[in-house]
Amino acid sequence: MELAIKTEHLGRIYKLRGGKKKDTPKQLVALEDVNLEVQPGELFGLLGPNGAGKTTLIKILTTLLAPSSGRAWVTGLDVTQAPHKIRERINMVSGGESSGYGLLTVRENLWMFSQFYGMPSRLANQRIKELLEMVGLGDRVHTKSSDLSTGLRQKMNIVRGFMTDPQVLFLDEPTLGLDVGAARDVRRFIRRWVDEDERRTLLLTTHYMVEADELCDRVAIINQGRVLACDTPSNLKRRLQREALFRIEVSPLNGARLETFAQLPGVKKTTCQSTESGAELNLILESDDALSGVIAALTSNDIHIMNLEKRAASLEDVFVDLVGRSMQEVEGAESTD
Amino acid sequence: MQNPQIEARLLAPTNYRRSRGAWLFLKTVVARAYPRIIGQQREKSWVFFDIFLPMLAVSAYVFVYRAIGAPEEYVGFVVMGGAMTAFWMNVLWSMSSQLYWEKEQGNLALYIMAPNSMMAILLGMALGGMVATSLRALAITLLGSWLFHISYQVASFTQLFLVFLLAMVALYGMGMLFASLFLLLSREAWHLSNLAQEPVYLFSGFYFPIKNFQFWVAAIASVIPLTLGLDAMRQLVFPSGAALGFLSVSTEILILALLCVVFVAAAKFLLDYMERLAIREGRLTESRR
Repeated sequence: MELAIKTEHLGRIYKLRGGKKKDTPKQLVALEDVNLEVQPGELFGLLGPNGAGKTTLIKILTTLLAPSSGRAWVTGLDVTQAPHKIRERINMVSGGESSGYGLLTVRENLWMFSQFYGMPSRLANQRIKELLEMVGLGDRVHTKSSDLSTGLRQKMNIVRGFMTDPQVLFLDEPTLGLDVGAARDVRRFIRRWVDEDERRTLLLTTHYMVEADELCDRVAIINQGRVLACDTPSNLKRRLQREALFRIEVSPLNGARLETFAQLPGVKKTTCQSTESGAELNLILESDDALSGVIAALTSNDIHIMNLEKRAASLEDVFVDLVGRSMQEVEGAESTD
Repeated sequence: MQNPQIEARLLAPTNYRRSRGAWLFLKTVVARAYPRIIGQQREKSWVFFDIFLPMLAVSAYVFVYRAIGAPEEYVGFVVMGGAMTAFWMNVLWSMSSQLYWEKEQGNLALYIMAPNSMMAILLGMALGGMVATSLRALAITLLGSWLFHISYQVASFTQLFLVFLLAMVALYGMGMLFASLFLLLSREAWHLSNLAQEPVYLFSGFYFPIKNFQFWVAAIASVIPLTLGLDAMRQLVFPSGAALGFLSVSTEILILALLCVVFVAAAKFLLDYMERLAIREGRLTESRR
């Protein structure tokens, strides 16, 4: 059976202009040597921090951007050679987009987009009505889209994506801006939509670990334009089964450096997050034995332990294991660069 | 989801027969024209901005012409010019800068990604703008004619319709060309629109016959489709119009037809170039949100 998505040594470099026009363009490597294979019927996740290259990859696969190197195929068609045929088979929804026209109602906006895909009007209107009910927008059919809140607008965007019943659907951070209940409903529908027909494929980008873990058949972890690992969530987490994972809530670190703990014997990776009462340390240890050294170090730095728990591996831990930093730390570092 | 039956229907494969080719093109044109024809009418401020304000400018010229004892036909010329100004404003502010705004809103990427033709999108924009503006132009004509007691004597309805149609196709063809051009120029487009607005009022002869210019000035001004369109229409609806016309109506029809071909072909060429550039460089479809 033909692959739904395939990339071979895919790369993309952006030329960035300096402050002045005469400046020589700088280069930003957004994607580098990406090799992926997604089967039809698969719900595939791209997991990575902001700026990792997820959106660039989606743009290439949706024929909006040409690759700088390598090749990509969607439903067996080359993205650079058969973009028009690919466009008949795909759709995309991005988180936080504000597409459509504020003067049109929700139904009118969606109908307009359905016509660009050649949908029969009657079918389009029926699906719009039912999908709006599904996402809890049934009472907003005749509301102008300019009157919708960010969350409701995102629901409208999600309807736009499913409305055309594409063969491959690309969802770029689809639950961004949705409340907890709505996000849960959308995830459930996404899963069922893929399961219902084996020809359907869904590629989802997210930086919510739980979303990727809960939804995806397979996940590719991507950072700085490179795919670091690609497997089922359970297999990815199994990479850490020999390690011992601990979460320790402590009082403020009193200036103690994180490296102090990371360099202790038996400590593989350490990440730290500030909390209201102090800090939360997440440790990946070679074995339980290394914990005593960490506790001793904390005590000697006059840091109090408020809570300590041993926990199962999550995709966040896999990311930390692969990158060396948590996703939040990576995003924080990117924004201060 | 409350209703399991509806959910089951939504989840089931649709396998609908998708429109392709000319039918898809037509559907896209109609769908993209819809926000302009229906949506824009919902913003009631157009009555003030697009009818009342232009009427003030028209009135000012009418009073000046009457004060200096200009031929009475000039009053009719001014009302017709005022009505046609609506089309120029629409092309300049709602057509030319539209792709730039579509990009800012995030629509441009969705348009390119859909299986339709971008030319159909532009055509829909033009058609919608044309229909919506015709309503404004008609309102100005009727109001101006009633206020200033203008009488018309149409020499040939067929020619009048043909001139109007050709002028509109050429003008909106120019708007389609500008749409891609302004997108490539990005924010500088604002300055171009501002720069073009007033000189075109002057050189297109919105408020006086362009025969008053030297031949070459009028000839160069004829590149703007409204110049010849307006001149030919004035010749066709006012008894003394022919005497004040720049070229003969048949010559102006011929030139307008040529302008239609040139502008629409150039618009198609630039649109294709813009789409290729957008995909190659990845910047043109990125909004600044």
